[in-house]
Amino acid sequence: MGNQKSIWVFGDYRNYFQNRVTLQLISKACDLARRIDAEVCAVVIGHVVDEYIMEYTAHGADRILAVDHEILKNYSADTYLAVMENLVRERKPEIILIGATDFGREFAPRLAKRLKTGLSADCVGLDITDEGLLLQIAPSFGGNMLAEIVTPERRPQMATVRPGTFKEIPHNYERGALVERLPLITNLPGQRVRLVEYEKSAERQHTMENSSVIVCGGRGMGNRNNFKKLHELAKLLGGDVGATRPAVYAGWADHSALVGQAGRHIKPKILFSFGISGAIQHTAGVGEAKFIVAVNKNPQAAMMKMADVAIVADAGDVLNTFIKELKKRIRE
Amino acid sequence: MLNLIVCVKQVPMVTELPWDEKRGTLRRDLAAGMMNPACKHALEAALQIKESRPAHITVITMGPPAAEEVLREALAMGADRGILIGDKLFAGSDTYATSFVLAQAIKKQCPDYDLILSGCYTSDSETAQVGPQLAEELDLPAAAYIEKIDITGRTLRVRRFVDNFRETLEMEFPALVTVAMENYQPRYTTLAGLERAFKEENIVSLSASSLGISFSTMDTHGSCTKVRKVFLRKAQKENIFLKGPAAIVVNEFLKNHEDKVSSAIGKDIKKEENDNG
Ligand SMILES: Cc1cc2nc3c(=O)[nH]c(=O)nc-3n(C[C@H](O)[C@H](O)[C@H](O)COP(=O)(O)OP(=O)(O)OC[C@H]3O[C@@H](n4cnc5c(N)ncnc54)[C@H](O)[C@@H]3O)c2cc1C
Ligand SMILES: Nc1ncnc2c1ncn2[C@@H]1O[C@H](COP(=O)(O)O)[C@@H](O)[C@H]1O
Repeated sequence: MGNQKSIWVFGDYRNYFQNRVTLQLISKACDLARRIDAEVCAVVIGHVVDEYIMEYTAHGADRILAVDHEILKNYSADTYLAVMENLVRERKPEIILIGATDFGREFAPRLAKRLKTGLSADCVGLDITDEGLLLQIAPSFGGNMLAEIVTPERRPQMATVRPGTFKEIPHNYERGALVERLPLITNLPGQRVRLVEYEKSAERQHTMENSSVIVCGGRGMGNRNNFKKLHELAKLLGGDVGATRPAVYAGWADHSALVGQAGRHIKPKILFSFGISGAIQHTAGVGEAKFIVAVNKNPQAAMMKMADVAIVADAGDVLNTFIKELKKRIRE
Repeated sequence: MLNLIVCVKQVPMVTELPWDEKRGTLRRDLAAGMMNPACKHALEAALQIKESRPAHITVITMGPPAAEEVLREALAMGADRGILIGDKLFAGSDTYATSFVLAQAIKKQCPDYDLILSGCYTSDSETAQVGPQLAEELDLPAAAYIEKIDITGRTLRVRRFVDNFRETLEMEFPALVTVAMENYQPRYTTLAGLERAFKEENIVSLSASSLGISFSTMDTHGSCTKVRKVFLRKAQKENIFLKGPAAIVVNEFLKNHEDKVSSAIGKDIKKEENDNG
């Protein structure tokens, strides 16, 4: 493959949701690859992975590096790290993108350390600088800001990316890719961490990331009862309820409903935002919403400024009226 | 006796944090910083281990001189010793550099540890990288986001919920875990306990030179990432404002956007001709 630059995407496929993240990253990698004249390579580690080789090809990868072996059946940081480290040292990719799933967030930092390179966490945007560097856009601490991060010298340039940040390319099963099936390295380390038991759990199974309608509530809902009504609206609309951190901490919503930098990154077709100020830590998770309707009594709130429709009124009142009106109108 | 190390970090106080209300007084004592919430969960996990068997807890932090306060708070909660690593050379370190420095201090000050606990992430930088990178630096078996710890002899058994899987993992000491926020609710620190802790002398301060770290060391082990700039996120929307009594704004919104809503929810909400809503 000569001096062809390569952008790698780690094939995270353990469940449906992680697999979507991989597809989203392949899509973004295609976009970046055009700008630096690189190929897009998906790395698939595991056992019986043909399904993913096909899928990643159909979704835009130019090359697939597959290491398929019985020993790799279970996700294990120890073995996956060794396999990946070996591949990287041999092939020297320019960029590696990894989904910020739980596994990705455990795996990527160790890989970066082992490769003596930088890693930025939870990016909400990626770009290429004039110098051809990977521009990693990550929410930065405290203030209402985003930070632009680069890895000037070390290679590969690495980033983890929050699920839902990018859109996958529709599949095309006519596409071809160069599939390289590679043998397992011979010096695989023993697994120091033993998987005693595991079970796929239904809990937290449903994710808000793919929901097309989200109703979010913040501190401005005022109390638990008002907040509860958001569920009624969400039910009418066939959507999910999200919450800001104060709403979660007040016990109005479960932690799994948290939307933002520390929680979910949503990209609904329509987002209703009730009584939310729009702090960057929250809006970092809603940037991909197509259409935003915000209700806040303060027209100056940041959430109102980023809304398509900003309703200046009491959140509880609007919510009640909206529910009443929708009940009259909805026809299946 | 088990030798436990807990990595803690001081982060800027954010008024939204619930424990802010409970500990109003404490906060004022601690001025602008507070112990990162996730680190507190990690410390609590260590304290609970210590309740069930003989153990010694070292808390370690890298930060400015003021970060000594979080070590004192940790002592007040029940830790035995604090290590403060501070040097201008380390300012602005990314996780790559931070984990290197922490590893050097651990090798120097408490090489005979059994278990290192870190928070799962910090509330200021939220990278969740320092724990795993420290494990890599010290070549330790590790597990992130653990919710439960059991120890039998030299074997550590942890439970966690990651990516929709409930997992039970086992490894031998020495090891490292990052502690999730689900469990191990931190205990309350009394003001008296805190006052006492501020008089204690078991805090060690380390500088770059005492760790044998120089500018040239930080050339190879220092930050790999560079922050180019920080900026405000801006909106590129039409941004229509509606104002007035709820009944009026809701109707106006629906009148103008019923198509949008209908298509998003996949149901028809258009008003019928003779609908008397
Ligand atoms: C490191 C870090 C990570 C964080 N991560 C997240 C995260 O992932 N998600 C998250 O949400 N937050 C996060 N936060 C907290 C975040 O900074 C904000 O504090 C939070 O999003 C604010 O929530 P809010 O909008 O509900 O509350 P507030 O900021 O208090 O806003 C309430 C809004 O409601 C309006 N209001 C009040 N009463 C009414 C009424 N009757 N009718 C209509 N409007 C009304 C007010 O005008 C105000 O704009 C994080 C913070 C930090 C430091
Ligand atoms: N400067 C530091 N000193 C000590 N521990 C730290 C420091 N920075 C991060 N940590 C530890 O690493 C965890 C994750 O931090 P972060 O990678 O910044 O999200 C924290 O909860 C701490 O346990």
